[in-house]
Amino acid sequence: MRELTYSQALREALIEEMDRDRNIILMGEDIGVYGGLFKVTDGLMARFGEARVRETPITESGFIGAAVGLAMCGKHPMAELMFMDFAWVAADQLFNQACKMRQMSGGQVQVPLVVRTQQGGGRGNAAQHSQSLEAHFAHIPGMKIVLPSTPADAKGLLKQAFREQDPVIFIEHKLLYNTKGDVPEHMDPIPFGEATVKRAGTNVTIVSYSRTVLHALEAAETLATQGISAEVIDLRTIYPLDMATVLRSVKKTNRAVVAHESHRNSGFGAELASRITEQAFTSLDAPVERVGALDVPIPYSQPLESATLPSPDWIVAAARKTLYKA
Amino acid sequence: MTLSTPQLRDGYRMMLLARAFDRKCEELFQQGIIRGSLHMCIGQEATGAGAALALRDDDILITNYRGHGHALSKGISPRAAMAEMLGRATGCCKGKGGSMHWTDVKKGIMPANAIVGAGLPTVVGCALAGQLDGLDRVAVTFFGDGASNQGTAHEAMNLASIWKVPAIYICENNLYSEMTPISKTAPNKDLAERAAAYHIPAEVVDGNDIEAMFDAVCRAVTRGRQGGGPSFIEAKTYRVVGHMIGDSQIYRSKDEVEEWRTQRDPIMRAGAKLIERGLTAAELEAIQTSVDATITDAVQFAKDSPYPDVREVYVDVFAEPIPA
Ligand SMILES: Cc1ncc(C[n+]2csc(CCOP(=O)(O)OP(=O)(O)O)c2C)c(N)n1
Ligand SMILES: [Mg+2]
Repeated sequence: MRELTYSQALREALIEEMDRDRNIILMGEDIGVYGGLFKVTDGLMARFGEARVRETPITESGFIGAAVGLAMCGKHPMAELMFMDFAWVAADQLFNQACKMRQMSGGQVQVPLVVRTQQGGGRGNAAQHSQSLEAHFAHIPGMKIVLPSTPADAKGLLKQAFREQDPVIFIEHKLLYNTKGDVPEHMDPIPFGEATVKRAGTNVTIVSYSRTVLHALEAAETLATQGISAEVIDLRTIYPLDMATVLRSVKKTNRAVVAHESHRNSGFGAELASRITEQAFTSLDAPVERVGALDVPIPYSQPLESATLPSPDWIVAAARKTLYKA
Repeated sequence: MTLSTPQLRDGYRMMLLARAFDRKCEELFQQGIIRGSLHMCIGQEATGAGAALALRDDDILITNYRGHGHALSKGISPRAAMAEMLGRATGCCKGKGGSMHWTDVKKGIMPANAIVGAGLPTVVGCALAGQLDGLDRVAVTFFGDGASNQGTAHEAMNLASIWKVPAIYICENNLYSEMTPISKTAPNKDLAERAAAYHIPAEVVDGNDIEAMFDAVCRAVTRGRQGGGPSFIEAKTYRVVGHMIGDSQIYRSKDEVEEWRTQRDPIMRAGAKLIERGLTAAELEAIQTSVDATITDAVQFAKDSPYPDVREVYVDVFAEPIPA
């Protein structure tokens, strides 16, 4: 099979979708001639023209607002938010506008908008360019939330994003763009709300998404050498959320760790832990363990940043804790 | 004088309808039948009527929480609008939006906005969509003097200008944003000056003169339809009622309000013009009578309509309901 990077897979999805649907319009900062900071839109302006691939001023409220208007009027825009941290600059357009139009209008308008962005730390970008903010989106009804961990998932899920009739926040990770993986020549869209079991195991379930899935898999390797069999689940979308796959696993392993790169306090892991406890309480042999970044702004200096963001070791320790092993 | 007499009569009716509608809402609010927010447009009816006379059904309108007059003039059904005010299933938003989010897509009325300044960027997209489809439709948004201080207003005007989209920005400068006079919130004599910074053609008009409004919007519409890009109209106007029900209005003098109410009222002025053009007082009275009947009918319709089934709470959030 063919290997592609995460960036290449995303780019391929955009090209295939734009070929399929003329209503898809891309907009964002430096996405045209330059091809985007991570080269996801490389060459797309030349290919599809300036009307469909639109370079915007640095005006996140402005162009995300414009994208909402385009979507309400029958287009399927994709707005690229260069860094997730800028979502708050456009917060009103995302949360008060895109998320609410369908409902406020009694279903008369819809906002089929894809917001593509990237988040996460590990590159020394410091506090305003390293955050993981999916929990903020999960708290506001009205938007679907996608966090692919592999090139193939990135492609299939992005293709699906353009089949949705609702706003989608498509969250990439800045350290995934250069990762490689098998991507079939022909790929169908991957439906939202379908988690995948990345590794089967019997002693503990590790639930994760985005780049932390790679950490979870590494942790599972380590745990295996210690005689602990971990099952790793990649949620892929956190809204809609595939609890069935999570519960099936937890009912088998009787133990769960939830792991993400966003802050631990009020992170999406808290929601997962709560749901697992509510829905599989009698299956649990230990409290659900949560792994997330320390609750501090993400620092610049390498040792400080590394101390702040979760590593595979943290997941190993959490898994061992559910087994009452120090 | 560019409005024909039948058009002026239509505009007069639109204004009477807007006023009667909001007055009825005030009454129902005080009776506890309408809940939540109510921002009346009393005194400002000429902006919406003048604009509506210059627009087609397929032209897009995005108004704000003070937009009943705009939407009624653009053709939203008074029955559906009143049912919305009463939270009924037959409301224009199935009872989910209330006073501040009226929508009627068939009439080009996109959801009204309750976030001050939020409609300005959205309308760029609405205008761009039509442009990309090769249509000659325009997209209009109404907003207040206060909204012109929001960052979104400036971001949006800049975008509209560089993309040359047929967006029409109508700023209703009623001299106050909530309880604060414009003199305290903006250094400009005319807010239209702000559009100049973005190279958007702008004009200042007497927003209480329906003909002046119509003329200005016609110029903007022509520019938009011909590919000339966005326009900005500052309509000088005044709300002769409080910002919302219960506003003590201690921030302005009674004399000021009385002057606008008795000397500069847009409906009174349009009525006088119709009389000048040969209509009789009885003919004007007949228009009022028919408007009153429309309101009575709308209220009856609303009261007779059922509330939405509570199962509706999960409907219209996503295209297909997602299990909890
Ligand atoms: C973002 C935001 N800030 C504040 C408010 C509260 N608010 C509602 S209307 C209003 C005044 C707006 O004044 P203006 O734009 O002049 O419009 P007007 O009400 O006078 O028509 C304020 C402050 C709001 N709805 N949204
Ligand atoms: Mg005002």
